[in-house]
Formats: sequence, C-alpha cells, structure tokens
Amino acid sequence: MTGISKSFPGVKALKKVSFDLNEGEVHALMGENGAGKSTLMKILSGIYTRDEGDIIYNGESIHLKSTRDAQGKGICMIHQELQMMTHLTVAENIFIGREKMHGIFLDEKAINTMAKNLLYKLGLDIDPTELVGNLTVGKQQMVEIVKAISFESKVLILDEPTAALSDAEIAALFRVMHDLKAQGVGMIYISHRLDEIKQITDRVSVMRDGEYVGTLITEECTDDQIVNMMVGRTIFEEPKAVSNCPPGAPVVLEVEGMNAGKMVRDVSFNLRKGEILGFAGLMGAGRTETARALFGADIKTSGKIKVNGKPVIINKPQDAVNVGIGYLSEDRKRYGLALGLSVSENSVMANYNAFSGVLFVKQGQINKISEKYVDKLETKTPSIRQLVRNLSGGNQQKVVIAKWLIRDSQILIFDEPTRGIDVGAKSEIYKLIYELADEGKSIIVISSELPEVLRLADRIIVMCEGHITGELPAGSTQEEVMILAHKRI
Amino acid sequence: MSVGNNVGSGAAVKIKSPKKVSQRLLTFAALLVIYIFFCFFGRNFFGYETALNILDASVYIGFAAIGVTFVIISGGIDLSLGTVQMCSAMVGGVLFRKLGMPFGLALVFILITGTMFGLFNGFLIAKLKLPAFIATLGTMMIAIGLSSVISNVQTYNFPARTEVAGGWFKDVFSKLQLDNGWTIPTGAILLLVVLLLANVVLTKTKIGRYTYAIGSNEEAARLSGVNTVLWKTVPYAISGFCAGLAGISYACTYTTVLPGSGSGMELDAIAATYIGGASTTGGSGSVFGTIIGVFIMSCLRVGLPSMDLQPHYQKLMTGIVVIVAVLIDMSQQKKH
Repeated sequence: MTGISKSFPGVKALKKVSFDLNEGEVHALMGENGAGKSTLMKILSGIYTRDEGDIIYNGESIHLKSTRDAQGKGICMIHQELQMMTHLTVAENIFIGREKMHGIFLDEKAINTMAKNLLYKLGLDIDPTELVGNLTVGKQQMVEIVKAISFESKVLILDEPTAALSDAEIAALFRVMHDLKAQGVGMIYISHRLDEIKQITDRVSVMRDGEYVGTLITEECTDDQIVNMMVGRTIFEEPKAVSNCPPGAPVVLEVEGMNAGKMVRDVSFNLRKGEILGFAGLMGAGRTETARALFGADIKTSGKIKVNGKPVIINKPQDAVNVGIGYLSEDRKRYGLALGLSVSENSVMANYNAFSGVLFVKQGQINKISEKYVDKLETKTPSIRQLVRNLSGGNQQKVVIAKWLIRDSQILIFDEPTRGIDVGAKSEIYKLIYELADEGKSIIVISSELPEVLRLADRIIVMCEGHITGELPAGSTQEEVMILAHKRI
Repeated sequence: MSVGNNVGSGAAVKIKSPKKVSQRLLTFAALLVIYIFFCFFGRNFFGYETALNILDASVYIGFAAIGVTFVIISGGIDLSLGTVQMCSAMVGGVLFRKLGMPFGLALVFILITGTMFGLFNGFLIAKLKLPAFIATLGTMMIAIGLSSVISNVQTYNFPARTEVAGGWFKDVFSKLQLDNGWTIPTGAILLLVVLLLANVVLTKTKIGRYTYAIGSNEEAARLSGVNTVLWKTVPYAISGFCAGLAGISYACTYTTVLPGSGSGMELDAIAATYIGGASTTGGSGSVFGTIIGVFIMSCLRVGLPSMDLQPHYQKLMTGIVVIVAVLIDMSQQKKH
C-alpha cells in the first residue's frame, strides 16, 4: 500500500500512508486510538475505498470494491467484534453465502465434511455441527480464522484478536498463526500489547494522527522505541508540573476492592478535597466502567466506598447523588441531557426535590438559580428557556456542570470532559475545572487524550484491562503513562 | 442556527417552547376549518344542539385521551385503557346492581379499579422493564377477560334519570336539564375541569417535570438521581385513573355496559394525542393539544352524517387526519 489517503467529512483520517507485508510474515500495526490503523485496514479489506494511493498485491495494482471482492482476492479481516451468526452451526457460519446444494436442498453433509477438514488442518478440536453461540469467544475467533482460510486467504488482518481471550486461548491462537505463517499466509496484527508484539511479530509499523511514522524489526527494537514513536506528537497544552493539592488535604472518597463485570477488577483508590485525579488508559481500559460502577449506574459485584470517611452504599445513581457525587458522562447527549428540554429544566433536573413545594414546582426560584449559573459559568445561551439541543457542545457541557453544582455535589466525575468540544471552548472547560478544584470540589477526570490528563491532573491513575496498573504524580511524561497503559496484570 | 423566533423576549420567563404553541395553534386552526366547513356544507350543523352533540361525543374519549397523554409524553404507550375503562365501569355496575353497594361508592370503586390497572402497568414497565407495548397489550386482554368473568357475561345497566337510586348520575356526568328548557353540559364542564387540572399537574408540578424529563431522556434523568421507577409508574397510574373516569362517563352516556367490550376505544384516545402534537418518541405534547385532537374527531363524527355520509366515514377521515397531523409535526421538527 503506498500513499493511501482517506478523508471523512471534516477529518483527514489518513495522510499518504504506506504499508507493506511479505509472504509468510506477521507485521504488527500499532498506534494510539484514532491513529488511523482501523481506517487503513478497512481500506485494505474493501470496507472503505481510498481517496488516493495505490494497493499493489502480488505485483498488480488492485481496486477493491467490497469485502466480498477482497475475500475473493484472498484478503480477509477478522474484526475485534466478532461477526458471527450465533444461532447457526460452525460449518454454516464458515460457508455462509457459499452453501453447497443438493438439488433444491442444502447439502449439510458436504459443508460439515469440508469444515471438518479445515478445522483438522489447523489442529482445532471444534465440532462443525456445534452452534457457534455455544462456543467460547476464543473458539469463535478460531472459527472466524478458519472461515478466512476457507477463502484461500493470503492476507489475514487481525484487529486486536486477543482483547477478549484468556492466556490459554492466546497460546492456541499463536500456534495457529505459526502454522499459517509456515503455509505462506501474511498477517497484519493490530494490538496494543507490547508483550504479544514481541512474541509473534516480525516487524512493527507505527501510525500516529493518520500518518505513517516508521517501521522497526521486532527483534532489534525496544519497548521504549515503539512507545516513543506512538506518542511523539507535539504537545500544545502545557502539562501540570506539580500538584496543586496540598498533601494534607482530607480524603473525601475512598474506593476499595471494587469489582463490576469484566472491566472493573479490584479497583481501589482515594480522592482528596480539592484534588483533580486523572484516569488515563487506552480505550476499553475500564475507566468509564469504573466511574459508572462507582456512581451506581451499573451494578457492582463488590467493593467498599467511603465518602468523608463514612461508609456508604451506592446501588443506584440516586444513592450517589444523595452523598454528593455528580457524574458528567462521556456521551452528554445520551446520558447527560434531555435535549428537547430547556436550559433551566436541565439545570435543576438533579434537584427538583429542593425546588418543589408540596404541590407545585417553584418556577421563580428555578429561573433565578438557572440564570445565576448561566452567568457564573458564562454559558452562551440567549435565554434559560432555550432548548439545550440548540446550544454548542461546550455550552451543553456547562449546563451539565450547572446541574451538579446546583445539586451541591462535592465530588464531580468528568468523563471525557472535552469530547466533541472545539479547541477554544476546551481551554474554557479546563479553566472551569481548575476553578472548581480551587473552590474545594474534588474532581475525577477521565480522558483518552493524554495531554488533557497531564494538563489537568494533580495525580494520575492508569488503568489497563479493568485493573489499575499504576499511579503517577503530576509532571509525569506521556511515555511513563503509556507504559503503564500497556501493562497487563 | 435556526432558533430565531425561539429566543425572543427573555424578560417574561416562562417554560414553554414557542414551537409547540404554534403547533397547537395549527391544530386549533384545523379544528376551526373543519367546524366551519360543516357549518356551510352540512345540514342543520350550526347551532347549540349540534355543539352539544360534539361535546357529548368528546367527553369519554376526552378523559381517556388526557390520561394517555401523560403516558405518551413519558415515552410510553397504553393500549389497555379502552378495555380498562369498560372493565372498571363493569366493576361499578356489578357492585351497584348485584351487590347493592350505594351508587356513589360504586363510582369511587370504578376510579380505584382503573388506577389499580394503571399501577399494574407501571409496575410491569418501570419495575420489571417490560416493553410498554407488550405490558399494556397483556393488560388490555386481562381487562377484557376480567370484565366478562365478574359480570358472568351479563350486560349491566347504569341508572336512568328516573331511577331513585342514582337518578342524579346523568345530571352530574352528562347533562342537566333546567326547568326553563336549557341544557347544561355538565359532562363537558367536568371534562374542562379535569383538563385544567391535568394541565396544572403537567406544567406546574414535579410529576409533570419528571414525565417530560423521562420522555425526553430517561437515562439522563436516572443518572441525575431521579427515581425513574417511581416517576415512570405515575403516568400509567394517571392513565388508569382517567380510564376509570372515562368508564363512568361512558356508562353515563350510553347507560349499558357490555361485558368484554372496549377494545379499539384506546386507539381513538391515542390518535387524539398524536393529532394534538405529542411526539411518538416522548418528551413533548400537551393536554390542550390532545383535547383539540379529540374535538377534531368528534366534529367529524357528528359532521359527516349531516352531509349524508355514514358515521363510519369518521374512522376513515380520522385516519387521514392522524397521518397528516404527524407529517406536519415531523416537517416542523426538521426545520429546527
């Protein structure tokens, strides 16, 4: 692939990216979230078409019109989210769209035999007549690979194949990959895990912000070299050098041994008064899940929570709100705001009990406090009657902040506080978060943008796969965070 | 941005979206057009008598429609209110005729029955998370069955004007004949009172605010610490209570209550709500809009026969009105 470019409305996703793959090679493709790895691979597998550039396959320039087209040429992608029909059998899944017929009837026997041979060839112990839904995720993934092989694939793209696998399943996957390598199949391996890259790949290519950065021979490079290539972007925002939170500030929130689902595992941390605590990690590291579990939005399986030293039970958002916790979701429009209602109605949504008499809501007071916070936060809205739908992202975020301030929340959890907010409004939100901390509010900031966490946080907690993998002080570098974000426990 | 006229005078602060006001005006204009059309082209349409007939035809659907408006604003649907209405009326009839309960008390039990059904719906939907469509479909059938069971598949009659026990029934819930020959539409007046009351609940109380909030974005309300299980149940309870009122009103207008009846009546009430500008996805709507929707339907029902068209043309026309009304609503939404 040479000089590949691709634009989506408003974004240039790929800028003249080049990538190559040899026969029988495993080539890792790395980069932060949004670096353009998936877009590049979707072009190679026929899901997207390129704007510019050339794909040369076996010495011949090709144009892929669809995934079917790519499959026909022997290029198959195995997506992170498996795309299987769980109510059909293994053999039916492998041969869907290419059924063998016996007159007008399906020839089940033929496809079962063919599936059996393919499975045998890769040394897999899977019954072709089993329903896919009854298989473990690891085995389902094997079936996807077998399906790809059944197309006589010469190029196999694996997008984070180990994300949901156990260690034993990963070992089995690597064994199969070795076999395929010996058969001359070239594989592109997308993963965030440095240890796996070391184990299985021959070369590593890194992308950043839609551009190709460079390629290294796996055997000859160090982890630091790879991480440096991944984060090398210029930093626009000055990171915070030292914590603004005095070391003696009282602890307002303690979380101990919290578990929730697969994404929150034995999470413990504390938060001080007036502190901004950053949560860093890759997408899917379990930060949002931790916040939601803490807030009672999702069910916890275990864990102790203390607020101001007193144990509290938080089973639902109501409980969290009552002990003074406010959650500002990463997806404001879905979880934070009622878009069809006005600024004032959204501002007091968490607090109608205080603004309601025995019978009627106290509209006068509601208007007054809404106005007050529109002024205080400098929310740009023509009036408090304006529907929230008509405000810009930054101003919508301010309405959510107003909601929790009006509720007098002492602990605020900002999940991706500046997602979907333009650069100018971003620094305004940062300023607001600083001011809130100065006023003594305790703040948790979850962000996938490292510079944002480094700029805001007095202390940084890094998560990977549901575990807390480390804690760093203010003034830490991106590299230090990234190494922890890739660390498996 | 296309907010323009939406902003306007910031001085008088009142929580009401101007867009919905204009939508309501449009519906009201449609009602006037239809009414005036029949005045010109219908035989003997214009007059106090016909106006009373239109009111009469509106009352019981009106009660039911006001109730279901709460449910629809909260983002749900209540398919059970037609049969709940008739089942509640049947409970009253059986208590009064068979068990000899004082008539006034029997009426109270009609309201209780309706409310109980509503609470049952709310429990299924808010607590057990059943889809509203399924839950109320089930309740709809339960109510049909129950009314046949308790009545032993007998028809029950409510008191006529001449009866000693409960002779006041029609005076209070339908029409009061004065000695000077005038007729006071007491049923319609009662509907007006309930309408104003419902509007106050919807715009001035916590119940109303949470109904809009849940319909607008239930998850955001939950994450704001709102007890969504409770506040999602309330609109169904209100709908059930109003179905009870509708049951009383129906029994008063038609005297006879048939066992196992009522299916289909909910659709009139739901249609009125959508004609009145409520959104199918919840979060918007008003009881005034709904009532205008009810009047449009009654106008067609009374007006079409005056043009020598069979009453069943009313259904046909109403169907067209519903589709056109929602199309207009959608095109207005798009502009924003």
